[in-house]
Amino acid sequence: MTSRYVTYISGFILSIVLTLAAYYVVVAKALPQAQVIATIVSLAAVQLIVQLVCFLHLGSEKRPRWNLITFSFMVLVLVIIVWGSLWIMNNLNNNLMQMMGH
Amino acid sequence: MAEAVAIHHDAHQEADAKTIFGFWVYIMTDCVLFATLFATYAVLCNNTYGGPSGKELFSMPAVLAETLILLTSSFTCGLVMLAAEAKSRTRALLWLFVTFLLGLAFLGIELTEFHQFYQEGNSWQKSGFLSAFFTLVGTHGAHISSGLLWALVLMWQLMDRGITHNTFRRIACFSLFWHFLDIVWIFIFTFVYLMGVL
Repeated sequence: MTSRYVTYISGFILSIVLTLAAYYVVVAKALPQAQVIATIVSLAAVQLIVQLVCFLHLGSEKRPRWNLITFSFMVLVLVIIVWGSLWIMNNLNNNLMQMMGH
Repeated sequence: MAEAVAIHHDAHQEADAKTIFGFWVYIMTDCVLFATLFATYAVLCNNTYGGPSGKELFSMPAVLAETLILLTSSFTCGLVMLAAEAKSRTRALLWLFVTFLLGLAFLGIELTEFHQFYQEGNSWQKSGFLSAFFTLVGTHGAHISSGLLWALVLMWQLMDRGITHNTFRRIACFSLFWHFLDIVWIFIFTFVYLMGVL
């Protein structure tokens, strides 16, 4: 029982630290923009993993790990949707801008 | 007799595990919904059409407060789950109430922000950026609102029936839902707000 408390409490503390760190990096304006973006995206990714493990207990289930399998498939679909949309729309934008330039 | 009870108990638990897994699959499809809205936002976020950008609009201290409140509510929701596992109705009710209040505070700050944008003439009709912004953040807010309604119903059921098979299963689904909403918010916080003010 206590170890489960420890999991939730450490997840909570880590999440707060990661959130405040991302906020500070943006507000302090001490780094160049590209580095700020890389830092806050990494911090979000770490916080995602922290919350998946500590709050949603992903990966601690018994085999077959259906929760993990469906989650992985969702991530695949998510990446295709987001990355694919951005790719297509950027191409479209570039092509249209060229046409307007002529 | 004891064996029959045990088998009955196992069958119950198996059915509950299936329901909870089904709810998990629903959450995964909801993630795909949010993915499409994030993609839309990413495509449209620079199309301000002469209107204000995120940099001019967003009030970061309020957004940080929202984030920390929702994060805390996600933690207290975990405490509801632990209390339910320990069969303590009083603790489960207490933490569920705290979760509800924090969720309500989060929603209040969000609606204040929306109202302020609207009052200043920056509604969803102003630009592609604002349409995408209101759709993405508003959809998350709508999920939070239904979560709050769910929490109210759960509190009533806990008072009425205590921690039974059914209420326990509902608490397990609710906690999945609430943690999921907090994870979606991490990405709204990072990609919409933090990147918006860069």
